[in-house]
Amino acid sequence: MKAELNEQALLKGLAGNDSKAVETLYKSHFNSIQHFVLNNNGSFDDARDVFQEAMITLYEKVQSNSFVLSCKIKTYLFSICKHLWLKRLHQLGKYSGPLSSQEETISVEQDMREFDKKEASFEIMHRALNSLGEPCKSLLEGYYLNKKGMQELAADFGYTNADNAKNQKYKCLIRLKKLFFAQYNIGE
Amino acid sequence: MEDKELIEIIERYLTDDMSSQERTQFETLRKNTPEIDQMVVEHKLFLDHMQSYAHRRSFAKLTNQTFNKLLAAGEWMTNDTISTKTKVIQLWNKYKRVTAIAASVGGFIALTTTVLVMSLSPSLNGNQLLQLSNDIEVIKKKQQVQGHLINEVKSKVPENAKMLSGGSGFLIDTKGFIVTNTHVLKGNGAIVINSEGQELHANIIYSDYSSDLALLKIDDEDFKAPKNIPFIIRKKMTDLGEEIFTLGYPRKDNDIVYGKGYLSAQTGYNGDSNSYQIQISANPGSSGAPLFNDKGEIIGIINTRQKQAEGVAFAIKSTKIFDLIEMVNEKENKKAGKIKLSKNNIANLSNRKSQVSNLKSYIYSIRSYN
Repeated sequence: MKAELNEQALLKGLAGNDSKAVETLYKSHFNSIQHFVLNNNGSFDDARDVFQEAMITLYEKVQSNSFVLSCKIKTYLFSICKHLWLKRLHQLGKYSGPLSSQEETISVEQDMREFDKKEASFEIMHRALNSLGEPCKSLLEGYYLNKKGMQELAADFGYTNADNAKNQKYKCLIRLKKLFFAQYNIGE
Repeated sequence: MEDKELIEIIERYLTDDMSSQERTQFETLRKNTPEIDQMVVEHKLFLDHMQSYAHRRSFAKLTNQTFNKLLAAGEWMTNDTISTKTKVIQLWNKYKRVTAIAASVGGFIALTTTVLVMSLSPSLNGNQLLQLSNDIEVIKKKQQVQGHLINEVKSKVPENAKMLSGGSGFLIDTKGFIVTNTHVLKGNGAIVINSEGQELHANIIYSDYSSDLALLKIDDEDFKAPKNIPFIIRKKMTDLGEEIFTLGYPRKDNDIVYGKGYLSAQTGYNGDSNSYQIQISANPGSSGAPLFNDKGEIIGIINTRQKQAEGVAFAIKSTKIFDLIEMVNEKENKKAGKIKLSKNNIANLSNRKSQVSNLKSYIYSIRSYN
């Protein structure tokens, strides 16, 4: 019962970007993932990447309203890592028979599909933002990502007033939307 | 109103930064102007993506910081080319106790290994099966090409017939019932062509001008009835902004075309409550093409597109298909038989790529002649 409560508190912390929760998860689970990846043809850096992706999957899962975790965090993270690592080995053509592990796993197909979909639009947004150039990129990031006010942005970017900054922001936004949707609408 | 101001208002509307009076006014405007409604939906979709982009980025940063901090504190061994010896020692130290216990119950280990192998094998099979199905795909394509040649020699259209119209349609019953638009069928006769290029005779069973829905039945001994229909027709409404896709035959060469977009309004042109407004930029597909949601359920039938606004199209709601079927079944068309809809949505189980390749054989190109 107590362990269950702890897990719930951890997930809550994770949803709220609490660095303590993230640290606890890394401390208690990275080790076994590292062992798993090293024992199956991978490197330390591979383990780091795979575990980070698993953390992001869990993070995005706890953020959604329909969130339910029907198993222990350990089992969930391990299942995701195993899935990702198998996929990576396949891509590298290194795959050679079932992976050796003794951990319990659950089916994560659905969550992985969700993750892949988000990953795809993340990449599109990332590319779109980066091909904007400056000052557009920083201006839009300042406004939409860092939630800065127009007044503040005008000062940061040396515009004479907030209206000028607003004009510039609008032009940049139109370009970004065009770039984003051009890719997004093409499909998978 | 300038676009710049409009975007600003839409952003205030979406972030709930409006007085209730202003909100009501804007909602009325939105309701009466499809273009503005479209902009609102599109902008919301965009801001949502921006939001999840921001979230993921800041979280990735947090994990990097945490990882580096713990790494610097010496939490983990970083050498990844552990020689077998040290690896064994490491493992030995870590699992000393476990090994001791396990050694005493060797039989148990043997058993666990068997169970493990058995439980791991299916995931391996899944991956191999996927590749195999791709191979089959290639073979199929080759056969298609041959099929085309044969069909060109022997067309099922009568010799003196005049082609009048064409479009897309989809199978809803294994007996060969196909739903399409009435305006696709301008002539008295019809043929349908499957995704492999095979032509088949079809009879027009029913066509309704007011709903623009029509029903065909394949009547051809060459028709190979599928075992089942892998999708269901959705009875409920579909939500705004939901992702949709379509498969149809808008091209002259009769190749099937995939298009993706999203639902932009619950009502169609001029507030028509029988239709949805959709945004499909890639390719609207031609009339009669089915509109699927993410789960592979049919939510509508594409029938018109707006000339002045690029990418804006309309689709008849799937609920109207039920009305059509009821009408046809009530007439007790003895010759054609009763229509039975699929109850299983098999398409949902696979990813989009296999969803599409699975669905395309149920979608037909339609030609009508006199």
